[in-house]
Amino acid sequence: MSVAGGMQRDIRRLGLFTGKRLLALFLTILVGVYLTILIANMGGRVDDLRMVQIQGQVSEMVRADPSFQDMPSEERNALIQRQVDLEVERLRLDQPFILRSFDYLYRAMLLDLGRAEQMHSDSGSRQVYDIIVERLPATLLLFGTANLLVFFFSVYIALSLSRRYGSAMDRSVIALAPSSAAPAWFYGIFLILLFAFVMPILPSGGMVQAPPPENPLLYALDVLRHMLLPVLAMFLSQIFISIYSWRTFFLIHSSEDYVEMARAKGLPDKLIERRYILRPTLSPIVTSFLLMLIGLWSGAIILEQVFSWPGLGTLLFQAIGHRDTPVIIGSVVIFAYLLALTVFLLDILYAILDPRIRIGGD
Amino acid sequence: MGRFSALSELRNYPSAIVGLGIIAFLVSLAVYTVIAIPYDDALDKWRGGEQWRLYPVNASPVWADRLWGGRAPETQVISSRDADIERESFEGGERLSIPLRVDYQAGDFPSEMTVFFDADGHEREPFARLVWRTPDGREMPLGGSRIASQDRRSISQDRALEQRLGLVPHIGLLATPDSEAGAARVQTGEYTLMLDVIVFQEDADFQAELVLFGRVHGLAGTDHQRRDLMVALMWGTPVALAFGLLAAVGTTITTLVIAATGVWFGGWVDATIQRLTEVNMILPLLPILVMVGTLYSTSIWLMLGVVVALGIFSAGIKMYRAMLLPLRQAPYIEAAQAYGAGNTRIILRYMIPRILPVLIPTFVTLIPTFVFLEASLAVLGLGDPVLPTWGKVLNDAQSESALYSQYYYWVLSPAFLLMLTGLGFAMLGFALDRIFNPRLRTL
Repeated sequence: MSVAGGMQRDIRRLGLFTGKRLLALFLTILVGVYLTILIANMGGRVDDLRMVQIQGQVSEMVRADPSFQDMPSEERNALIQRQVDLEVERLRLDQPFILRSFDYLYRAMLLDLGRAEQMHSDSGSRQVYDIIVERLPATLLLFGTANLLVFFFSVYIALSLSRRYGSAMDRSVIALAPSSAAPAWFYGIFLILLFAFVMPILPSGGMVQAPPPENPLLYALDVLRHMLLPVLAMFLSQIFISIYSWRTFFLIHSSEDYVEMARAKGLPDKLIERRYILRPTLSPIVTSFLLMLIGLWSGAIILEQVFSWPGLGTLLFQAIGHRDTPVIIGSVVIFAYLLALTVFLLDILYAILDPRIRIGGD
Repeated sequence: MGRFSALSELRNYPSAIVGLGIIAFLVSLAVYTVIAIPYDDALDKWRGGEQWRLYPVNASPVWADRLWGGRAPETQVISSRDADIERESFEGGERLSIPLRVDYQAGDFPSEMTVFFDADGHEREPFARLVWRTPDGREMPLGGSRIASQDRRSISQDRALEQRLGLVPHIGLLATPDSEAGAARVQTGEYTLMLDVIVFQEDADFQAELVLFGRVHGLAGTDHQRRDLMVALMWGTPVALAFGLLAAVGTTITTLVIAATGVWFGGWVDATIQRLTEVNMILPLLPILVMVGTLYSTSIWLMLGVVVALGIFSAGIKMYRAMLLPLRQAPYIEAAQAYGAGNTRIILRYMIPRILPVLIPTFVTLIPTFVFLEASLAVLGLGDPVLPTWGKVLNDAQSESALYSQYYYWVLSPAFLLMLTGLGFAMLGFALDRIFNPRLRTL
């Protein structure tokens, strides 16, 4: 009875907490996206582009229509002007920006990101949303894999190092930690040089070979082969610094009094690690993992471009090449959403892991 | 108190000494560069064009070739100013025989052959006939043509000659007689390019330069626009250091001041700052920089401004807040209040200096982050439009598929300098971290 009541209370508190955080995050995204819109529109650049676009479209339409062919040019220009004015009014370009910006905000929040100017998705859609959604799985696959690998390896190795600090192994990891000053794409260049050109055993870029294999199993294997170098690049650039910081963190914790006490009681090492070091430090561990994720979203752009990985980063790079403003703004909005999602996950995990939040003792 | 002793403690950390050494090297290279190649000069050089016409395309560094035992040629320029010119006057003109002698001893063929003419002030264009003489006495006519005032003849691109020789001209002309396509060998010795020129105006000047473009050049090699990469590698140093330092100073100081303000005033000020930090956390830095670069300008100063602006409310605020909170009730601050110190004075003179030492390591390790950020932007094609930087060299190399064409030096040398910068600051920063954070020191 009391256990069930405790569960119920926990769930209720968790729900309340989640609701509060969702609301806060929603407001945060709202402000973030609005700022993005302001930056993207500063100086009316986007409006100018849209005006030019409308003008071009309308005059082309009028010229292509055979029924207007015989019209004198003055009359035709007047017609074009009328059409442009109508279109401007329809898109509310004649209203002050401050009013329209809320309109943009509303649409961006609903992920209605508009039409791309030049680019289109592989399935042929011109909607920015479709273009971005098509690329998202590739990014998630690559970065999810690499980050999980780094996370589990570093925590595991750090635990074993903190047990034997001062050993040769420990000191060499500390010595290697500064190598993480370079981002993953930087290591990527070297890996490509080594394994794709000097020793051509792995593909230098892309996600699958062309043409892609028919058999799903072969397809997966081929993707795995293409993933090897980018994942390795991310792993190399992150692993030593993660081990270093975890090791320090565990060392500080393992000198706490209650851990010393457990040791004095003669508890086995494994038990001390699991119950006395890992459990109380779990929430900071998760926090820093997700914070690392946040940092890596940005790095994705260049790593993907270096490896021609068809994800969001490459998309953004291509959009720069095409000067396709809607796609660029759309990508920024999506990145903001992804970051917010990460923060949200962080909050929920935190609430589950940290009993203080569950029982409401703030 | 212990600040100076802490610095002298650096001597106990070998990695800190190495890091300091690297930083000292980079700083002196930066200072030397700024003095040796003034700013305007560097921009002008990096713009490329005619000034690089005597440089080879995509030549690798000399030392790289010699290290692997190669004897690839460097560029040779033979000017008619040093040649013994025979003159023979006739009515209405003059006939010049200009022998341009080349002592060719390299182990590989040149990458290109071109003759540049300088024939200004001629009313009627002079006429030149070219003959190539090999060390073993063979003579090959290279045809003749009228010469405009600033003319050039690219022997390498002479298709007729290529058909006749069966080899690309700059290989065929220097190969042994029995050479076949694909297995040509260099014939070393003294070659002569005989220029038979008829000028119709004796007082006007006529000069010619034969250029055998090398396959190696200098310490850094050249790129696809014949520019010496040394210019970019050297100028990349002050740019990278300045960008890294300014961005690190800008973000750390502003963040610190804001965190201290929030802690000191508390209440709604603190709450606003906290919320803004959360908003800032979901603003993706690099995509926004990309957006700004695409929509406005890619000037490095604008990028710096955006980086600092977005860095003001960075996640660091939370950390600083935690450090500053206990200070708020510290007795020395109460004392300052008692003597009538204002808010600004308390924040700037009493709170911030107190936690500065703890921040030094973070600050030092932040610098390479921004150096790499600048390089990242350049690799994306959003580098400063005029400044030569390491990232722009990498970007050029990538867009010209340097790795595929095996121009490894083009990627490796800027990458090496970037790595050196990253390592130098990171090594120093890690050592400082252990000195200034006493909790780590016992470990």
